[in-house]
Amino acid sequence: MRVRLLLQSGLAALALAIFIQPATAADTPDPAADAKAFRDYFVKKFPKVKLEDFVNGPYSLNEDMRRQWEEKEQFPPYEFALEAGKEMFATPFRNGKTYADCFPNGGIGIRQNYPYFDEKEGKVVTLELALNRCREANGEAPYSYVKDEMASLTAYMAFTSRGKPMDIKVPNDPRALAAYEDGKRYFYTRRGQLNFSCASCHVQSPGERIRAETLAPALGIMNALPIYRSEWSGMGTTSRRLVTCNSQTRAVPLDPQSDEYRDLEYFLSYMSNGLPISGPGARP
Amino acid sequence: MRILSNGWNMTLAAVLLIAGTMPARAASEADFKAAYAAAEAAEKEASALHNQWTTTEATLAAAKKSASAGDFDAALAAAKEAEALAKASIFQATSEKERWKDAVIR
Amino acid sequence: MASTIRVRAISNGEVTEVQALIQHPMDTGLVKDAKGDLIPAHFIQQLTFEHNGRTVFLADWGPAVARDPYVKFSFKGAAKGDDLKIAWVDNTGATDTMMAKIQ
Repeated sequence: MRVRLLLQSGLAALALAIFIQPATAADTPDPAADAKAFRDYFVKKFPKVKLEDFVNGPYSLNEDMRRQWEEKEQFPPYEFALEAGKEMFATPFRNGKTYADCFPNGGIGIRQNYPYFDEKEGKVVTLELALNRCREANGEAPYSYVKDEMASLTAYMAFTSRGKPMDIKVPNDPRALAAYEDGKRYFYTRRGQLNFSCASCHVQSPGERIRAETLAPALGIMNALPIYRSEWSGMGTTSRRLVTCNSQTRAVPLDPQSDEYRDLEYFLSYMSNGLPISGPGARP
Repeated sequence: MRILSNGWNMTLAAVLLIAGTMPARAASEADFKAAYAAAEAAEKEASALHNQWTTTEATLAAAKKSASAGDFDAALAAAKEAEALAKASIFQATSEKERWKDAVIR
Repeated sequence: MASTIRVRAISNGEVTEVQALIQHPMDTGLVKDAKGDLIPAHFIQQLTFEHNGRTVFLADWGPAVARDPYVKFSFKGAAKGDDLKIAWVDNTGATDTMMAKIQ
């Protein structure tokens, strides 16, 4: 009788153990599964929006704003920065070499491959970082990550990739997976006195307003960068956007191109794989 | 009305009222320095966690400004607020270490 | 030196639609630089579009217009192949003009 009781309670305990699964994510990151879940979430939330349209941010969710944007796209505000970028890209360094010498395919039509995981270095490399490394390798001073020159250069490179699907690779390397997971952690972590995470605005509230702005969905958000923002009266880099997002939540920003920002860009870009590059973009 | 007509009670009430709205004594530079050091230490910890708040930085700066102007009451209050903000940012960083996982789209 | 004026004018036979993007800082004179000094006011005061000697669009601007202004308007009485003249004058006395063909 006692043995039977023990056996029964043992079996019950085992059954209970099988049913109680850990509530947190699996130990090994599964970027492909994450990306699918990410995409499905937004497609389900906005069934009328075509998948490729998410790269247009608030314009994919607001009819009136879309109309104004389409009109302006005939004569877009980023035109001056784009032309400046084209000229900068073609101008040789003092040693006679050009940006084309640093990049595959001469730097044309490659923006969709950035950021990538550099296996030799063991870190994520973004387009902005690669551009400055190119400059330094050729004896030129690096550009500020948050000012006009870098914005113009990346605007031109994005333009040459317009329409191409985002194509970020996360190799089956524990360091790459760790960087990816770090970016994911950053995205979902609340920060600043306002206690917002990137997700608070771009996952929970896309299409809704924060003061006078309409929030963009996180899906495709990297594809339009760099952007001409009317608020900035000018072109701004990805770095600038990450820095200002931080300060807007009253968090002290990290240095541009710090590890966490690079990892964040890596994660977010991977989430938007398959969606077309729409940069350079224009936003309110 | 009986209270108002009673002179002793009114004086007592007035004294208690004044005592409640004023600090026991004016803040000294030493008080401020101790509070500022505590706030700075907390902010340093927040910095190590990559989770400083802009408002903490601004409040620390305001505390320093008041102190150099000689207003140690305001400086002390600001230093205490800065410490509270810094501690809150540390709490945020430590609790978010695990809580972020709950927000992930699955 | 490249022109500061980009313009596109398209006629549908009856109505000509004009879009222009002008490169200009449009500084208000109220903004301070990193050192704390005021950036002097520098903005377009008058913008004109002329067709066959007739002014079809005239704008009196001030510091409230944002940087790199964009203008769009329509007018009647022009045909494909006609010339459109655009000119601006700013508060420093600087000017720029451009001739465009109506498409």
